[in-house]
Amino acid sequence: MTEEHTASQKTPGSGPDEPVWSYRGYHLGPSEFTTAMVHYYRAEIQRSNTWRMRLDNTTNWAVVTTSAAISFALSSPTNHHGALILNSLLVAIFLWIEARRYRYYELWAHRARLIETDFFAAMLVPPFAPHPEWAENLAESLLMAVRVTGRRRVAVSRLVHPLYRQTVQTYFEPTGYEVVELPYLPDGTTDLGGLEQIEDLAGVAIQSPNFIGCIEDLQKAGEQIHKTGALFIPCFTEVLAYGLLKSPGSQGADIACGEGQSLGIPLSYGGPGLGMIASSKTHMRKLPGRLVGQTKDLEGRRGFVLTLATREQHIRREKATSNICTNNSLCALAAAMYMASLGKTGIRELADLNHDKAEYLKARLQEAGFTIPFERPTFNEFVVEFPKGFARTYERLLTQKMIPGLALKPFYQEFSEHYLLCVTETKSREAMDAFVREVAS
Amino acid sequence: MKDSLGTTGLILNEPLLWAKGKAGRCGFSLPRRDVETSPLDPGLVGDGPDFPDLSEVDVVRHYTRLSQWNFGVDTGMYPLGSCTMKYNPKTNERQAALPGFAGAHPLIPEALSQGALRMMFDLEQYLMEITGMDAVTLQPAAGAHGELTGMLLIHAWHQKKGAQRTRVIVPDTAHGTNPASVALCGYRPVAVASNEQGILSAEAVSGVMDDDTAGIMITNPNTLGLFEENILEIAEIVHSRGGLVYCDGANMNAVMGVVQMGKIGVDVMHLNLHKTFSTPHGGGGPGSGPVCVKKELEPFLPVPRIAKKDGKYALDDDRSDSIGRLQAFYGNVGVMLKAYSYIRTMGPEGLKKASQLAVLNANYIKEMLKGTLHLPYDRPCMHECVFSDKHQAPHHVTTLDMAKRLMDYGFHPPTVYFPLVVPGAIMMEPTETESREDIDSYIEAFKAIVQEARENPDLLHDAPRKCKVRRLDETTAARRPCLAG
Repeated sequence: MTEEHTASQKTPGSGPDEPVWSYRGYHLGPSEFTTAMVHYYRAEIQRSNTWRMRLDNTTNWAVVTTSAAISFALSSPTNHHGALILNSLLVAIFLWIEARRYRYYELWAHRARLIETDFFAAMLVPPFAPHPEWAENLAESLLMAVRVTGRRRVAVSRLVHPLYRQTVQTYFEPTGYEVVELPYLPDGTTDLGGLEQIEDLAGVAIQSPNFIGCIEDLQKAGEQIHKTGALFIPCFTEVLAYGLLKSPGSQGADIACGEGQSLGIPLSYGGPGLGMIASSKTHMRKLPGRLVGQTKDLEGRRGFVLTLATREQHIRREKATSNICTNNSLCALAAAMYMASLGKTGIRELADLNHDKAEYLKARLQEAGFTIPFERPTFNEFVVEFPKGFARTYERLLTQKMIPGLALKPFYQEFSEHYLLCVTETKSREAMDAFVREVAS
Repeated sequence: MKDSLGTTGLILNEPLLWAKGKAGRCGFSLPRRDVETSPLDPGLVGDGPDFPDLSEVDVVRHYTRLSQWNFGVDTGMYPLGSCTMKYNPKTNERQAALPGFAGAHPLIPEALSQGALRMMFDLEQYLMEITGMDAVTLQPAAGAHGELTGMLLIHAWHQKKGAQRTRVIVPDTAHGTNPASVALCGYRPVAVASNEQGILSAEAVSGVMDDDTAGIMITNPNTLGLFEENILEIAEIVHSRGGLVYCDGANMNAVMGVVQMGKIGVDVMHLNLHKTFSTPHGGGGPGSGPVCVKKELEPFLPVPRIAKKDGKYALDDDRSDSIGRLQAFYGNVGVMLKAYSYIRTMGPEGLKKASQLAVLNANYIKEMLKGTLHLPYDRPCMHECVFSDKHQAPHHVTTLDMAKRLMDYGFHPPTVYFPLVVPGAIMMEPTETESREDIDSYIEAFKAIVQEARENPDLLHDAPRKCKVRRLDETTAARRPCLAG
């Protein structure tokens, strides 16, 4: 028996009890499979027929109106011959529209043909031996259409916070969505080169400033991502950076999300923080959680209500856009007060100060002989590569009440001696100088 | 009747922040600039956010005025059913603000985070003791997140056993978050109706439970405020067909120290620290929704777990069966601290007493109002009771009208139109922190409103009249949403 034939034995009809298909505990027997295929075949034939009839009708009407136009235009010298041109133009437009729609006829005819040759024809010639890949071909053809509406794959840059990526994995696990990680370039930004090879891409998430502190070129990334038809999702862990940098919205973001803890909210060992998600108007009605909108009361005074509740679980139950009910309002209130205190002038100054202080420490460390491995500009975080055996210095510094950054080794195997440092407005020049002295000694 | 609580008073209008301020003001003391400016590639630099420039007093007055437009649990009675709006002791805030906790960074070495880890470890032990379960994760950020976690655990448990299932039973009295959490895990919720007594019957469950059902999501006490008395039998049916029992513990405030969930067949449940354990609701959050499980589900709990070894606390990431990480870090530690402080303040006797008083208060309201309002299920309730507007229908007065009128009397309205099984539902949860006098004046107010409904229904249709704003146009808000200032 050839290998091909062995494979065919596993296809429909190999045994009366063995399920052809099982999914999450649901089994489809051979007879059910046949019934499903027959129904599906009829549907495809019906669909291609309907569309063919539409095209036929359009053609018929084109013939009728053309002859009518000729009769009219040539019947009397007073009738303008321009009517012929107008008519031809209109006919051409309608035929063109119908013909464009007719492109899909090929697809349906192809599927019907596949079922005819490899299912029905094969059934009549025992042993039942259809082409081994017919089912895959059929499935592939079907999925092409599904992709237009629901894509099943998301890409996340490897430079997105590693703990965020693990969290994404947890939620996607039972859903059947697939998460693809995008590699990074030597300059410290995400490599989008391989994006076009990824099929079925729903969205691409890129963090800026990314986990190693580098500022990504969001504008360019957005353009590249939109070319694949996927949504562009910039995220951030340091929202203050946008006091200085171009905002995600101005660079083509469809959805932006990130952490707002640095807006005056205590660290509290990691929570509660302020997760936020924003979208363009197109996706507004798909956002999860509570939304507040402005409205008027009976007397026309301004008031506020929770709105667009038809997205939510207390109305839509299992069809809601999310199960989110509680949010972090109190943290949002603190952040709003913080931002109000800063104002436009203050937030730019504060962001500048963060950037400049980080640059100061970066320069001092470079002078002291340490390597800054990524050349891309940074905001208030950057990576330093310390000499081998830095772990001992690290321990010593802890005893001196200094924490020399975050070791990247647990998150990225390849960064053996790399540490992520952060400088905010709270660090003084003297403290930084002292730090460099201690690290270098 | 005594003077009504609700009165008029001078509160001040306040524009949106964007309508205030002047360029160049700043309410923030920036630290001294002690480094040179360092230019950044101009291609990366943006205009910065378009915020108004305000002085400190501008900001303080703005938020003080806004706070005066609000009704909070510190203002008055807040009988919002299913939300457990109990008083939030101020000492809890003080403990959570201790600099050692508030300033702790989540990624510094474990040796420097022993205090936070110990607090979390101990809190897990307390919650195990209260629920009678075997293990706890504190990671979920709130109740619905806890439900999702529980469903992920059930999903992982079935996956490990080799046969995934497709359905989960959810009673019609469930919170809306339950079916939504089920759907997020790829399961299909199957509704099952409660019986004429307002609880689930074992027959109804055995009618839908099959080998393709992953488990049941039951709220106990349920949203009608009734204890699911058949829980033991229901759990047995679900277990015998290889399913698991999830308990929505949002209503745990009724049964602390009284019912051990671990002993009545529950395999996994969540708690709402912002309800039962008195942490503030904060106008929507932050909450915290720890998930408690029985032994067989422990291996699947999210990482990192807090481990204690030789008197030292550590974070354990190395668990192959775990569902993974639910949050970047360890949950809402700031909220856990407040709950920890509450549990330590109350002690075991105090917690039990709190539950007993919560149940007593709800039953008192139920008995006092049952002649006034229609009571669909006339039996002893737990921490909340559900009425309806059936008696008011002849006067064309609805639940919404009565709720709005209650504001004029100085009370926060109860939960309305939920649970869905009672048309025109009015769901009251007084909690244990309301005194007899406060509850009495609430009852009196409600009786007065019902009388107005008979004699002068337009008073109710026009309510509220004394609030900062009157009824708001929700339709336009949804049809032409204005979400930005």
